[in-house]
Amino acid sequence: MNSWIDLIIILIVLMNLMMLSSSRITTCIRIAAFQGVLIALMPIMAGYHSMTTGVVISSLVSIILKGVVFPSLLFRAQREANIRKEVEPIGGYPLSLLAGVAMFLISCWLSSRLPYARPLFSEMVVPVSFATFFTGVFIIVSRMKALTQVLGYLVLESGIYLFGAALLVEQSFLVELAILLDIFVAVFVMGIAIFHISREFDNIDTQNLSELKDWVVSK
Amino acid sequence: MRRGLIVLSCGVHLALACSVWVVRPDALLNGYFAIDSLGLIFLTITSLLFFGAAVYTAAYLAGQKERTEHSAAYGELFSVEATFSGCLLLLLSTMTTVMVSQHLAVLWVAIEATTLASAPLIYFHRTKRSLEATWKYLLICSVGIALALLGIFFLAVANMNNSGDLVLAKMLENAGRMNMPWLKVAFLLLFVGYGTKMGLAPFHTWLPDAHSEAPSVVSALLSGALLNCAFLGILRIYQICLASGLGQYCREIFIVFGLLSVLFAAIFILGQADYKRMLAYSSVEHMGILSLGLGLGQTAVFGALINMLGHSLTKAGLFFVAGNILSYCKTKKISDIHGLIMAPTQVTGILWFLGFLLITGTPPSGIFLGKFIILKEALFQGNYLIALIFLSALAIVFIGMARIFISMTQGLPAENLSNTPSAQKTVWLTAPSAVFFAVVIIIGIYFPPWLTHILSSAAKELGGF
Repeated sequence: MNSWIDLIIILIVLMNLMMLSSSRITTCIRIAAFQGVLIALMPIMAGYHSMTTGVVISSLVSIILKGVVFPSLLFRAQREANIRKEVEPIGGYPLSLLAGVAMFLISCWLSSRLPYARPLFSEMVVPVSFATFFTGVFIIVSRMKALTQVLGYLVLESGIYLFGAALLVEQSFLVELAILLDIFVAVFVMGIAIFHISREFDNIDTQNLSELKDWVVSK
Repeated sequence: MRRGLIVLSCGVHLALACSVWVVRPDALLNGYFAIDSLGLIFLTITSLLFFGAAVYTAAYLAGQKERTEHSAAYGELFSVEATFSGCLLLLLSTMTTVMVSQHLAVLWVAIEATTLASAPLIYFHRTKRSLEATWKYLLICSVGIALALLGIFFLAVANMNNSGDLVLAKMLENAGRMNMPWLKVAFLLLFVGYGTKMGLAPFHTWLPDAHSEAPSVVSALLSGALLNCAFLGILRIYQICLASGLGQYCREIFIVFGLLSVLFAAIFILGQADYKRMLAYSSVEHMGILSLGLGLGQTAVFGALINMLGHSLTKAGLFFVAGNILSYCKTKKISDIHGLIMAPTQVTGILWFLGFLLITGTPPSGIFLGKFIILKEALFQGNYLIALIFLSALAIVFIGMARIFISMTQGLPAENLSNTPSAQKTVWLTAPSAVFFAVVIIIGIYFPPWLTHILSSAAKELGGF
């Protein structure tokens, strides 16, 4: 069992790096979906808390959301916004990849400094969850398209979910569902916003969104 | 019909909130939902604001409709109005959930839900600028709140030795057995996460944009009620930290970010060209004051709570008036508006200036009382540097705002007032602000014992008195 978990964790790290280096939005959506599904499987694989129906159901719901609903929402947004251009990272792909590796190392250092009350099912799971979280933040900050920023938000959320799965977290079943519902609505509302942005500006570069600021020089 | 429904629901909500003052309901669902003094204060403020906003919205939408009745856009306006009303009520219900939830993860869910319910409200005008504001708001707040979720997980780990349930009362009981390093990180994450939503500098960047582009009713609710929701989130985790002996650690953080927010706001108010943005920065300032009061502890906590009450009412009233000004003058630029105090817009002008005096804490404003108590506590503790920074920032804010408000109200009015209001129609657009301002003045002069009682019992829960 343990080697399976390690395999998944390594896959998750690789996917972070792929997200950072791939230039096609379609690929990025697929990677984010696959990563989300793998992470949603974690609580079942870990078999930590003896498989209650609650754990299974919330994992299933999250697999359906992350594997089916979110990608189809995002693909739809992509179609409607008619995005032809690619990801466009600020600073280019090599720099993004380097940042990805750096974030992974920082995560390892951070998680080694936390005191753990009980042994984890895998040593790597906490650093990887942090690294996924940071990757999400990095994507939000460094990508120019609104759609990629939503992808970043999803990756970030996956990182948090992985952390929760790694370290416990026996939330009551309803609370977990409520959290998932919130994330679902967030992505849904962002999808609508993307649609409006593409309609208003003819593209979804967030650089267009720069009209509001202080200290406007009067013309 | 729809507008009547909004007023009715908010009225019923207010009546229910008032009834809670008389009879406290029991806890529901294993103590997941319950109401304590702190929640009750927040709930009452929110309920009052929503009732005022409902009255204002009804009058505002009626005016909007009249203007566009014959234009082709009527069909669209209609659906926009439906979305608006729906989201307004959804926002009210999510905020109520925030006030009454005692389970910290449920609290998180509710706070995130308030973000999602209010995003369509900010986009009401369907312009490029409001779209930009909505996108920034959604993204910055969602990421901030995602940080808070990580904080909740850290908190759960810290609480692992206990029964593992995140219900506030149980955690307070077992606070001594919390795992300290995890709790410290949890506090930091939750503070930054909810602080983003509360508008503490330097995480406040979404706030001026959202407040200036949203319709004024929504700005009033964002500023007076939504920021408080996030503040309540911070207060809950602070309660746990206090009980487990991390009070000093938290208080230092509160003071630093409180002062930073007040200073930031002061600088940005000084050169402001847009009066709604100016009000938004004033909210940042007041959130800073709340954080500072909390950080100083002792009597300052009581002062912070009074300040919160005064700020919510005054700021909501000011945003209502700003909405009226915007609909008369059709501009948000301060330099284009003069002579509001002259004939056709006299009531608005008077309220606008009165609001300025109240928000900057001129006696007999309730806000004066709050600021004064905080300052007194800082001096009493011998924190002269904090008192000095606080006072000078307040002075800068006063000067900056005085320049803006005086130039807007005095002088000769611009000739191109597009639609001069008839007194009859504007009654419901000015009444909510007038009532709110009156309440703030009354608080400043006479503090009823029942209010003192509940505020001090809430302050006790927060390590003050």
